[in-house]
Amino acid sequence: MFKDIEHLIRLALVMAIAVVAFVFVRASVIPHSFGQYGHYRGDAIAEIAARPAAYAGHQVCEGCHTEVVDQKKLGKHVVVPCEACHGALSNHAEDPASVTPPKLDTALICARCHEANSAKPRTFPQVVSADHSGGLACDTCHQPHKPGIESSDKKAAGGKK
Amino acid sequence: MEITRRHLLLLLPSAAVAWKYVLAGTPESAPNYKLTEHWWGMLIDIPKCIGCGSCVQACAQENDVPDGYFRTWIERYHVADWKIEKPEVESPDGGKQGFPANETSGGKNFFVPKLCNHCADSPCTQVCPVGATFVSPDGVVLVDKKYCLGCRYCVQACPYGCRFINPKTNTAEKCTLCYHRITKGLTTACCEVCPTGARQLADLKNPKDPIHEFLRTHTVQVLKPHMATGAKVFYNGMDGSVR
Repeated sequence: MFKDIEHLIRLALVMAIAVVAFVFVRASVIPHSFGQYGHYRGDAIAEIAARPAAYAGHQVCEGCHTEVVDQKKLGKHVVVPCEACHGALSNHAEDPASVTPPKLDTALICARCHEANSAKPRTFPQVVSADHSGGLACDTCHQPHKPGIESSDKKAAGGKK
Repeated sequence: MEITRRHLLLLLPSAAVAWKYVLAGTPESAPNYKLTEHWWGMLIDIPKCIGCGSCVQACAQENDVPDGYFRTWIERYHVADWKIEKPEVESPDGGKQGFPANETSGGKNFFVPKLCNHCADSPCTQVCPVGATFVSPDGVVLVDKKYCLGCRYCVQACPYGCRFINPKTNTAEKCTLCYHRITKGLTTACCEVCPTGARQLADLKNPKDPIHEFLRTHTVQVLKPHMATGAKVFYNGMDGSVR
């Protein structure tokens, strides 16, 4: 056998310890879910999914506000979801008693969609609000949940669409 | 076999690693949601978009997007007569507050909402050096905030300009397709508030999703198809000038 074999054994021992230490450190540093689905941390998916939602969704609103649902069915705004105008209200959905939605300023809210712009689709109802209403709030004449004006009033008001 | 001191020293670390796995257990996931049963995308119907900016506002509120940064935004295109290769594009504040009335006459004007295309072969995930961004098994491109270094490779790699570095966290951020909503059976915030239905969430793996009938019967395009990103945001009625 080799002379001074204990040197080699000692070296092998040191290397073995180094390898074990490397494997141990690597295993403890890399999150256990890394590589579960691919080259990323699998747990990240569940973490991202856990965020709370700010918008409740119109199905939730419709569960309670059935009278508004019936009213909307009569007009063109039936396709407009509640939170498009009323804003994010999952707080209100969770605690209807203490969180009340703010009253909306129709002069601003309606104009966001209905102010005339040449890039809007031609068939979409648009007005130049300064000419159309002269600064009056839209809900003076229009009921936002059922925006159409009855035909008898329409002539008198001189409105269009 | 007799266990010597050396054996014990070798065994202990591996036992510790094994115990770590036992303690961690399996990660919790949303109830009744199966990753493998979905493949998410979105449909954008350009002729329906009125540029109201509701989607941009809703996205910012739902996802705490800092001011001046956008996970979704709206562009207004103006194409003068035949100059399809040189459209005039503007997006004041991402279209968050809508668009001022434009006086341009002649040519055509239209709105194009933009967001992450949730590419199946996404360039942004391919360049990430640490595995912080990835395409989830249900087809959504996500960022792992805890793993992101903020190196900006992905921001450069995205051909659609959909990524940014969040100035608060200094990590890459992008549209998650409201992953926290779609995994609970809700639609995305932008689709939820769109008053004209110009944006619709689509589950391409669900055979009952109306997207399939729509794709079959309409002229639909994705952005930058020549880049072969496997984009899953489908645009109906998109003009050739859109970049």
